[in-house]
Amino acid sequence: MSQRQVLQVFEQYQKARTQFVQTVAELATRPQNVETLQNAGVMSLLRPLLLDTVPTIQQTAALALGRLANYNDDLAEAVVKADILPQLVYSLAEQNRFYKKAAAFVLRAVAKHSAELAQAVVDCGALDALVISLEEFDPGVKEAAAWALGYIARHNGQLAQAVVDSGAVPLLVLCIQEPEIAVKRIAASTLSDIAKHSPELAQTVVDTGAIAHLAQMTLNPDAKLKRQVFSALGQISKHSVDLAEMVVEAEIFPAVLASLKDPDEYVRKNVTTLMREITKHTPELSQMIVNAGGVAAVIDYLGDSRGNVRLPGIMMLGYVAAHSENLAMAVVVSKGVPQLAICLVEEPEDHIKAATAWAFGQIGRHTPEHARAVAAANVLPKLLNLYLDTQSSEDLQVKAKKALKSVLQKCTYLPALEPLLYEAPSNILKHVICQFSKVLPHDSKARRLFVTSGGLKKVQEIKAEPGSALQEYINAINNCYPEEIVRYYSPGYSEALLERVESYQPA
Amino acid sequence: SMARLVRLTPQADRVKEAYFTRNRIAEENRQRENSAAVRIQSWIRGCRARAYLSHIHRKATIIQKTWRGFKAREHFRQRVKAAYFLMKMNFYNKMAVKIQQRWRGYYVRKYVHNYYARKRYLEALTQKNEQMRRELEELAEHQRQERQRVAMEREEQEKYVRAQRLHFLLSTKQCPGVFNSPFRPEPDEMELRLRRVKPVRTMSAPKESWPVNPQPSSYLHDKERLPPIHKTPQGPFRPAVEVQQQRYRPLEPSLRVATSITALEEAREELRRQEWRTRLIDHPFLPFSKTPDKKYEPLLHAASPYQQTEYGTKHFREEDRSQLEKKKPFRRVFTTCHVFDKFGRLYSSAGKSV
Repeated sequence: MSQRQVLQVFEQYQKARTQFVQTVAELATRPQNVETLQNAGVMSLLRPLLLDTVPTIQQTAALALGRLANYNDDLAEAVVKADILPQLVYSLAEQNRFYKKAAAFVLRAVAKHSAELAQAVVDCGALDALVISLEEFDPGVKEAAAWALGYIARHNGQLAQAVVDSGAVPLLVLCIQEPEIAVKRIAASTLSDIAKHSPELAQTVVDTGAIAHLAQMTLNPDAKLKRQVFSALGQISKHSVDLAEMVVEAEIFPAVLASLKDPDEYVRKNVTTLMREITKHTPELSQMIVNAGGVAAVIDYLGDSRGNVRLPGIMMLGYVAAHSENLAMAVVVSKGVPQLAICLVEEPEDHIKAATAWAFGQIGRHTPEHARAVAAANVLPKLLNLYLDTQSSEDLQVKAKKALKSVLQKCTYLPALEPLLYEAPSNILKHVICQFSKVLPHDSKARRLFVTSGGLKKVQEIKAEPGSALQEYINAINNCYPEEIVRYYSPGYSEALLERVESYQPA
Repeated sequence: SMARLVRLTPQADRVKEAYFTRNRIAEENRQRENSAAVRIQSWIRGCRARAYLSHIHRKATIIQKTWRGFKAREHFRQRVKAAYFLMKMNFYNKMAVKIQQRWRGYYVRKYVHNYYARKRYLEALTQKNEQMRRELEELAEHQRQERQRVAMEREEQEKYVRAQRLHFLLSTKQCPGVFNSPFRPEPDEMELRLRRVKPVRTMSAPKESWPVNPQPSSYLHDKERLPPIHKTPQGPFRPAVEVQQQRYRPLEPSLRVATSITALEEAREELRRQEWRTRLIDHPFLPFSKTPDKKYEPLLHAASPYQQTEYGTKHFREEDRSQLEKKKPFRRVFTTCHVFDKFGRLYSSAGKSV
């Protein structure tokens, strides 16, 4: 055979390989094909193609592997078991940028499913290779490497520590300063995943000067970037007071409040989460946010949003009110109580209701003024219903009960207490009666109202053990009224009168 | 004397008798008189003693009286002083209490719980909240309008492009177009667009294909141009302007021709002049210490591998000095080379559109 014919055979083979690998890569984008591909044994066929002489085939094979591993964790495990990872890691250091992108994509697809797979990726020495790729010029390679590192660090603290130990954090901070938006996004998300596990990791991230760059990027118009940036800042500030103070010193407030009106839902949610993490540490930080008008912005945000994203806003209001009486009054003055009442009614989820009940407890527990504000919004009957409802979860019942108790111990607003007389169980009733017994001796109008609204009648009907606190309160209330009235309203009085009528002998 | 002696001698017996009688009487009364005398004497003595005692008592009483009075007055004075002191202290205490009351009231009302400051703070907070809410609303509104505007512009652009592509659907006198149905009261929006649209230019103007002359070409302007024969020539002729440009194309000297003969020397002179202008220091900086050259230890920060290396992004110069010593200095001015003189100019660009 002539030379050309011999070479033609090779060319045909190469064409066939190229076509195979490209088609597999395309098929792998659709989830319905992946099962079939897996059953056809695509892994064992793709593996030798990774070592092919033609670079395009290598890259496309890597891409196809990545897409397959992305789909579910069985395939990812198959990738790990087939010993493909060391080869990928080796070639990550050597090859051109397309291959690097594809190899980083495979590593990320494998690492994303579970902590064990991520550990397997780390054990192959992928971290050093990925960190070296972070220094590349091409932004696509940087993005892929940073994404892979982010997925590795996401699972638990040890993996994040391993990522930090390989020296990735300063490079990620450099990546944040790159002009391409995609690289910025991924770098911010990776920093967020690293910082979320423990205070030491967050401190490491902060030490490389990440906060200043993240703070600058809050003004960027891109919505996805803002999501990641706020998430990163929130994860950093949640661990300790010092970290929260450092985040605040970067002067993000009040500019960040503008992002509360962003059309993207998750940007708003992450901003509120950041504010919650900052306010939960000390009263000074909460004071700073209140003075910047943050409470009003968050209350408007609660009004505009629905569902699970309301939770950080509610918790933030609760934390602000918990610190001191001044701050709780600030929350009340910013019209927080009606909004929280709406949340309590509208939201179907138990954990959001529990958070709202907790927030009410924190607002109302300081002074009678606060308790009055909470009671005037007609919240106490709702809390009582939540406590008594058998459908509500344990947590919700406990929180509703605590909130009710703490508000009732300071509440002197009698019109709101009266409905509770009728429905409350005895441990709540004790507090209600206690409040009545404190207020009634001093206020004659209230006494009159109490009688005319039927409260006195109800109080007489309560059975209490003699010597218990409840009995003492009832006695205190009875002492405010003349004998005849008390006897008139005591149960069984009409029978007693009728008996007297019967036994009376006309003269 | 003698008379008395004569007178008294008869009486000597009587005297003796009287003497003995007297003695006898005295002897008989001696006991009685003695005891009486003793009694009287003891009474007298008693009286004397009593008188003396009472005298002493009186004196002692006087002394004690005076002493006691002195002591009592002293004591009293002390008591008066103490009472005075207590009275003053009570008064001072009361005044101090008044001062402390005022001070505590002031202090608590100003620093511990300042009702009016709190009220003012809450009012200011409400105002700040209102302001924040307004600003956020405005911002949201502004952003919404921005987005709407961008969306509308994009839509407008899309419609324009679509109209450009469908320009042939314009209605003519004979045949009303698709968008201009005779049954409609007025033509459709698309029809109006089609009327306004400008045709798409697929080929770029030929003017840009010629190299731009740096000097203003006086050839074209001075030349007397004859008026064109036909306004738009019928047939596959190139436009007259193009032909004129080709015919009267100015000289574009090659790099070799354009470079003066003395270009190398001029460049060297220029370099020398620059060196003369900019270099200030003739002697290199010598360190103060006489210690032999120590190897310079760079800072850990500077030696850290976590910086982006400048080599490759900022410069491509060789950093290894030892390699550089061997090489000759970099030549920046060369003799001309003829490779690119005719580049792009050999053939006309007539057939290039295909």
